[in-house]
Order: sequence, then C-alpha cells, then structure tokens
Amino acid sequence: MTRALRIVQRNAVVYRHVWRGSLFSSFLQPTLYLMALGLGVGSLIDARRAVVVGAPSYVQFLAPGLLAAACMQVASFESAWPIAGKILWNRNYHAILATPLRVDDLIVGELCWIAVRLTTVGTAFLIVASLFHAMSIAPATLLALAMAVLMGLAFSASILAYAATLKNGKDFNVLFRFVVTPLFMFSGVFFPIDRLAVPLQWIAQVSPLYHGVQLVRGLTLGALSLPAAAIHLTYLLLLLIAGFAAARSTFRRKLYA
Amino acid sequence: MNGAVILPRAATIHRLMSRDTPLIVARDLTKRFKDFTAVDGVNFAVHPAESFGFLGPNGAGKTSTMRMIGCVSPVTDGVLRVFGMDPRTHASAIKARLGVVPQQDNLDNEITVRENLLMYARYFDIPREVAARRADDLLTFVQLSERANSEVEPLSGGMKRRLTIARSLINEPEVILLDEPTTGLDPQARHAIWDRLYRLKQRGATLLLTTHYMEEAEQLCDRVVIMDRARIIAEGSPRALIEQYSTREVVELRAPDDERSVIREAVSAVAERIQELPDRLQIYTADAECALEAMRAAGVHPESALVRRSTLEDVFLRLTGHALID
Repeated sequence: MTRALRIVQRNAVVYRHVWRGSLFSSFLQPTLYLMALGLGVGSLIDARRAVVVGAPSYVQFLAPGLLAAACMQVASFESAWPIAGKILWNRNYHAILATPLRVDDLIVGELCWIAVRLTTVGTAFLIVASLFHAMSIAPATLLALAMAVLMGLAFSASILAYAATLKNGKDFNVLFRFVVTPLFMFSGVFFPIDRLAVPLQWIAQVSPLYHGVQLVRGLTLGALSLPAAAIHLTYLLLLLIAGFAAARSTFRRKLYA
Repeated sequence: MNGAVILPRAATIHRLMSRDTPLIVARDLTKRFKDFTAVDGVNFAVHPAESFGFLGPNGAGKTSTMRMIGCVSPVTDGVLRVFGMDPRTHASAIKARLGVVPQQDNLDNEITVRENLLMYARYFDIPREVAARRADDLLTFVQLSERANSEVEPLSGGMKRRLTIARSLINEPEVILLDEPTTGLDPQARHAIWDRLYRLKQRGATLLLTTHYMEEAEQLCDRVVIMDRARIIAEGSPRALIEQYSTREVVELRAPDDERSVIREAVSAVAERIQELPDRLQIYTADAECALEAMRAAGVHPESALVRRSTLEDVFLRLTGHALID
C-alpha cells in the first residue's frame, strides 16, 4: 500500500505546479451552475410553487445533485487525459515501472489520488453551497460527500481501464460528448427522472451518476430508505470492482507486454 | 558460461559478489509476440564491473532483451536470472537493484530537475535526507547543478538524457541498463554522455547497454554481443571480434562499375576480402598502402579512396551481409 501512495505523492508534487489549470472545471463551474440554475432558475420555480420532490426549494434540490455531478466531472477528467499522457506521451508509467512499483500500485495509487481530489472538490462545493443555504454541513451531508466520492471512483476505474486501450487522446472526445455529458444532463441532477419518458428512465437508471445523485440527495434531505440505499450503493461498488479488474487487465496489456 | 577475461580494476561495488558469479544469466532466452519472435534463444552472461554491450540494427531484439532483464516484459521461454533471481517472481527485488536509462525519455516534465530525482528516490523508499544528498551529488556528476530548480520541459535533449542518467543512479544500482543512450543526440551531447558513462565504468559500475552505433560499442564496452534478427551471432571484446572477423585496415573507394573488375584483379594478392556495396567498394587488407600501390601499378585511379581501420560495422557486415544502419 505504501507503494501505491507514492503515486499519490507524485501527483501531489505535480499538482503543486499545475493546480491553476483545474480551478475552473473543479471549482468555479459547479459554483456557477449552482448560482445560475439554483438561485436564478430556482427563484422562478419556487415562485410558481411547483412541487420539487422532497426539497423545500429548487436550490436545495439541485445542490446535492451538483455535488454528485461535480465529483463525476472531476473524476472523469482526471482519469482521462492525464492517464493517457502518462501512458502514451510522457511515458511516466514506464519510468515508474522501472522501480519496485508494480502495475497494481499504479491503479490503486491513481484511484487514491482521485479520491483526494474529489474530497477536496466536494468539500469546497459543500462550503459554497452552505453559504447559499443550499446545503448544510452536518454528519448526513458529510456521508453524502463520501458517497459522491465513491461514485466518482466508480467512474474513474472504468475510464482508467479505457484510457489504457487508447492509441491517442482524441478518442476521449467521443467518451465525453456521448457518455459523460448526456449522463450529466439526464441523471436526475437538474430534475427528477420521472419527468423523462419511461424508456429513457430505464436508461437513466443504468447511469452511475443517477445512483450517486440518489444517495447524495437522499442523505442530504433525509429521504433515503435503507433498501434503496443498499441498491444504489451495491451498484456503485460493483461498478468500482469491475472497473478495477478491467483496468488491471488493460494496464498490464499495455505496460507489461 | 565465462567467455571473456575480466580486467581487474579498483571497484566500489556495494554488495560483494564472487568474480565468477554472473549478475545476469540468460539461457535460450526467448521472447515471442503474437505475430513474430523478437528474441530467439539467446545465451549470455554479464559479470560484475564489466561493460557489456548488445550491438545490432533496429529490430534485432536488443530492446526486447533489455526489457526482459528490467522485468517489464515477461519471458516467453528459456531461463533468465538477474542477481540470481527470477523476474517472474522477484521483479520488485530485482528492480530495486537496477538502474534504467530508457530509449525514450520519460522524465516528469511538469516538475523541476531536482524534484524528478527526489520523487524517483521515493519509489525506492530512500529516506528524504539521503535522497537529497544523493540528488545533489548526482546533479554535480551530470553537470546539471545550475539547472536544479528549472522545469524539465525546456531542457535540451542532451540535458534531459543526462538527467535520466542521474535519475537511474539514485538508488545506487548494481547494474545500469542503458537502451540506446545516445540515439538522437548531437555529437557534442553524445560525447558528454560517453564521458559520464566512462567515469561510471572507472568507478566499477556494471553497465549493460544496447546500441546500433559501433563507435559507442567500441568506446564503452569490454565485451559485446552482436545481435541480428533475434539471434546472437557473435560475442567477444571489440578488439577480438575485429581481429577474428575483419582485417586491420580497410580501403574504401568509389569507382565506376567498369573499373571494379580491374581493381579486383589488381588487389587480389593483398586483399583478404572485397565487399561490394551499392555506392562503394571496400577492400579488406592487412596493409592498405600495398593495396593502393597495387592499384596504381595497374593504372587504376579511383574517384576517391579512403583508408581506415576496421570497425565493428565491418564485423557486422561480414557476418550478416547488411549494414548496422540501413
């Protein structure tokens, strides 16, 4: 495990040099969404007294969803191009594998680092949301944050596995345009999925972000039943395990041939 | 398998080993990919404090062999032991005692020169104070102390390679693997690298390098194996190989086709061998002056004639019929 933590250490050293580049997507963007949609659009919704499922106001409905979404976005970005860079362009993994570290250490290490990043991003968002009275800082919301991090890791593991199969970074564009962005829009972040046509609801329920949103929102608003929580949690854990197994396979094929 | 004679030299080897125990042993070592065989049943042994080279053209199997020794590519068949250990089961323990300078640079471009060394030291669990001290010593050794706090990206190719060499030494390795250490560098940078490697040699380090530059092999290696098309075709010291497979001197000349047969006639007495190449003729002889005399006597005046000593390139040409660099 110490070996995997060396990867976290390395990424932290690199981050000290490059942190400014990630400020917008990981911090500013979710905040802007919260303000524009939560407060701006929210004021229209609340004024018309529309019933927002389980939440006293739209911004309180939206904020937990955005917390989950922010984690998904950051997890996806951090698992895509930086990893491809370490495999294809800068070949940093090749350098690291010339030391006692093994392929498993790389994967575990990257996931640990992403967990650190997600916790930081989530905490920052939580603080901003609390300033807008959209969320409070309490044991329930901290647990919700942990769930958001777990969901992010489930995304990461699969994207890591995918990253090791690529010959160039352009393929990520397809992933982000046709998977990540639609998931972001239609997984229950901005509106409950029962607003969608029934066939689309089925598709939405396959989305890991949907399960993450349900867990985060449910814990935040106190509207989560134990059976439902068990289903969402199991789904995310299975996805994480499957992603990890896939990553081991694709990483080995690429780096230990 | 002990082929060469080990020259005694003052050594600063950290872990004592008997002079006869090879650090690396390969028997019928094979590497097969889906559609081709990269290494086909090679045999060699590398002894402590020697400078061992794999010489051969691109695609000969040198890098595949190095990668197996470096435990980053699984062995398909045969036996490979590094420090007496099997890469399949003791990869981490082996890698802890190796230093690797890869063919393509893989430095951390976003962080500084010094941070590269310090971070790499952490992968080996080297304590921070020790790592800091070693980093400073190594930066002095490769003459990069002034650039310790600059980012890596703007450095020249030669500086990056020197940094990579410094990095490969951070764990005080017993064997240093260098895969084409000067490919892609300008002549000045190349000589700077050779100088550093030569000093390492003098300190008793064991070097294992691959190259397709015969100059490099001749300058740096005590013993060389020549590889071509996944096989080892010759082994020995550069001097011994040249003596065995080539003559002392070579006359290289350009001459039109119709003159070639006349030249062949003229030098037949003094030439041991004549190699016809597309653009020139190479006459292998013990005495180049005699050959030139014989040609003048026969009334032949070639467009250009160059006299030089035999090199490993000539050995390679003799053994395979094609050049090291195509």
